[in-house]
Amino acid sequence: MSAPTLTKKDFITDQEVRWCPGCGDYAILSAVQQVLPTLGIPRENFVVVSGIGCSSRLPYYVNTYGFHTIHGRAPSVATGIKIANPELSVWIATGDGDGLSIGGNHLIHTLRRNVDLNILLFDNRIYGLTKGQYSPTSEFGKKTKSTPFGSVDRPFNPVALALGANGTFVARSVDVLATHLKSTLVAASNHKGTSFVQIFQNCNIFNDHAFDELSDKGVRDDNILVLEHGQPMIFGKSRDRGIRLKGSEPEVVKLGNGVKERDLLIHDEHGSWSYAFMLAHMEPPEFPMPLGVIRRVDAPTVESAIAEQIRAITAHKGAGDLHKLIYSGEIWEVK
Amino acid sequence: MEAQATQTPTERSVEKLERVVIRFAGDSGDGMQLTGMQFTSTAAAIGNDLATLPDFPAEIRAPAGTLPGVSGFQINFSSEEIFTPGDAPDVLVAMNPAALKTNIRDLRRNGLLIVNTDAFGAADLKKAEYAVNPLEDGSLDGYRVIPVELTRLNRKALLQTGLPTRSVDRCKNFFALGMMYYLYNRPLDVSMGWIEHKFAGKPDLVQANQLALKAGYAFCEATELFQTTYEVPPAALEPGTYRNINGNQALALGFIAASFRSGLKLFQGSYPITPASDVLHELSGYKNYGVVTFQAEDEIGAIGAAIGAAFAGKLAITTTSGPGLSLKQEFMGLAVMVELPIVVVDIQRGGPSTGLPTKTEQADLLQAMFGRHSESPCIVLAARSPADCFDAAFEASRLALTHMTPVILLTDGFLATGAEPWKLPEIEALPRIEVEFRKEHAGFLPYARDPQTLARPWAIPGTPDLEHRIGGLEKSDGSGNVDYDPLNHERMIRIREEKVRRVANDIPLAETSGDSEGDLLVLGWGSTYGAINGAVRRARKDGLGVGMLHLRHLNPFPRNLGEVLARYRRVLIPENNTGQLALLIQGRFLREVIQLNKIQGQPFKESEVLDKIREVAGVRS
Repeated sequence: MSAPTLTKKDFITDQEVRWCPGCGDYAILSAVQQVLPTLGIPRENFVVVSGIGCSSRLPYYVNTYGFHTIHGRAPSVATGIKIANPELSVWIATGDGDGLSIGGNHLIHTLRRNVDLNILLFDNRIYGLTKGQYSPTSEFGKKTKSTPFGSVDRPFNPVALALGANGTFVARSVDVLATHLKSTLVAASNHKGTSFVQIFQNCNIFNDHAFDELSDKGVRDDNILVLEHGQPMIFGKSRDRGIRLKGSEPEVVKLGNGVKERDLLIHDEHGSWSYAFMLAHMEPPEFPMPLGVIRRVDAPTVESAIAEQIRAITAHKGAGDLHKLIYSGEIWEVK
Repeated sequence: MEAQATQTPTERSVEKLERVVIRFAGDSGDGMQLTGMQFTSTAAAIGNDLATLPDFPAEIRAPAGTLPGVSGFQINFSSEEIFTPGDAPDVLVAMNPAALKTNIRDLRRNGLLIVNTDAFGAADLKKAEYAVNPLEDGSLDGYRVIPVELTRLNRKALLQTGLPTRSVDRCKNFFALGMMYYLYNRPLDVSMGWIEHKFAGKPDLVQANQLALKAGYAFCEATELFQTTYEVPPAALEPGTYRNINGNQALALGFIAASFRSGLKLFQGSYPITPASDVLHELSGYKNYGVVTFQAEDEIGAIGAAIGAAFAGKLAITTTSGPGLSLKQEFMGLAVMVELPIVVVDIQRGGPSTGLPTKTEQADLLQAMFGRHSESPCIVLAARSPADCFDAAFEASRLALTHMTPVILLTDGFLATGAEPWKLPEIEALPRIEVEFRKEHAGFLPYARDPQTLARPWAIPGTPDLEHRIGGLEKSDGSGNVDYDPLNHERMIRIREEKVRRVANDIPLAETSGDSEGDLLVLGWGSTYGAINGAVRRARKDGLGVGMLHLRHLNPFPRNLGEVLARYRRVLIPENNTGQLALLIQGRFLREVIQLNKIQGQPFKESEVLDKIREVAGVRS
């Protein structure tokens, strides 16, 4: 039975979208609404789960099953949903505060278990909904409402964190790079296991221009490295620069003058841990920001392992019989 | 006292007793729980009514021989119906000085005290903080002391096994058990069989433990250690099939039964916590019953997963103890808001904070009632005995699924680990729990309401054309859309309250036992049932007019509770807290109550409740 053809329109709700005008969340919402109809999944099998924060309003605007839960806990609810019904396509919308601060524990354990769901982490490096406090991804020294003299906390690198939690699919994109974002979401959906996507997202009210170097047409090509599996790492407006290994460290090189494409690193999504962490920690100004799928490996998902255990034990012991269960152990009759 | 053990043989007599309370106490490495459970199995096989209470330290292995390391197991077995593990033990088996010191105060006067004298060396005494040997200073004069060189006798008996002394000494609990079997004229076959099963594949251990058991028995027989032995005949229990069960096992089976009778698969999200972990252990073994157990990263993750599973159409539960309930409360507020059915089991323990993790208390009632932010009413139930945990789990599931709202089920450490014979239910007689997922598209509104219960429809992900969003923001009644309108908010608060209030139409009326009106009603909830029931029966036997009411449903209360309370001049509420039900009754019914409170990590004794009843009745004891 083929699913009826779906379009973006099928994924728009009648709810008024209430993000600030100019917010990067609009672009992400639009990408999600464009991608979901293309995945060949019936609309009723999508569930979008979120925590609390600007990003977490997303479920109200996507016409699927949706659950706007509590702060930081979307991964827990999503895990319960997916284990309860592995047929569902489960998506989590979260932010740098929701996902990495109050919900950090659930996030890392979801990655560790490899629940087959997709985590979209809207990273604007600020608390938006509570009006402008620094977040776990805010830069050291950042002045915000709660850090008038500059933040003294060191930030997380979300990609490195996801890798450290044994993530099987770790990727990165930017809100306004629509084509790149959509293809990353498709890849995330196709991956069996937890897909973690860090999306740089501009908060034009409390942290405007945070990602201009990655999103402004004039400069971005010199600052981003779009990773493609099996392809050499080339970047720059004129595609004249690349990444080469010097010993065990990456370096930026200019093509030409004896430096050839074949000298460059070839991206390998199944690369070693040290390779993945190397990519995770490359960032401007020394390096271009790697975007795309940084790591993708196959591993069993927890919900399939649970289902398999139930299947195997039921096959071995036979389906449970309530009468036998209750009338078991050391029983005795009183006449 | 010493003379008794070595007196000249006399004619041995057998005396019939109605009931006996034995406590086995020793170091936590001495196998006292096992010994107690073996005595229990044999008592059950004989057909005694019984109730048991283990009492063990919070530390897995406190230093051997020290006071904190003492582990005890008490069994009350009887030829009559009994309701508690007994007040004061008639017999104390003390395997070391620490066990003697921590337990002797409970032994009834002139009670039988069996001590392993081999464990009373200077070092042992020091570890138990005894300055002088209590066996020699006359401090035990009020008891019938039976000193036994238990370690040495056991070693002698097991010499032929050739096992190392360490292994031999580990069998000495069976030597003590054998002695108790002799004293109470019990057969050895149940424990002999158990040993064979337990140590299957290790013939040397089967032999050693069986030898120890027989040697303990034979030692008493040969030495005529006891002038009199006793017999406790079978009890006239209600006809039926029985098994011995503790509260945590009964909970697990109750939820599986609810799963079968509702047709929904069971999903348990949980995080290890004493004394609730056994429910997780138990349910994790029932995979072929379709049970999914999910050990989450923390208490919050555990209930979050349960709520997710409920959204997806499972019978979802989470099991915890007090501190865990505190962590789950924010999520319970969400469950109230999104109106999904989950059962949260709180197996209460002594608190606050880590408190007394292995001891019992009933101090989470108000947390269950009011522990959440804002107005977030939950159905609250309590189990009253170990076997009753089965019915309570079933009822909690029924109410959650029927009324689409979270239910809190309160049990406690006493019920969790205490055990009693359970008259097994007829499976066919268990009610069906009717659950219907919404399928019909026409007229679907996520927050439309059943006119009777006010429950909203349960439309699970995967159902075509019923896509909808739920969440923690205030809902517009009907559509379920986010709604900040002031009047809508008040309306929704009142609907959620009314929804729980209407559960009263779906639960039985309060029924008293004993006197149905008059001077005194003893009102209780939870694990005080046994002590209250026993005390009320004894008071009435003594001619006092007393009624009893024990509440299963704490929110909402039974519809007729106010009317029942009005039938009595005075109301006595015994609780293992400072007066939480008392506060609710006073607040709800503007009714003065008399309190009896015990907050010692131990359940009430029957006699404590009886004394209070007598005091209230003006009887001098």
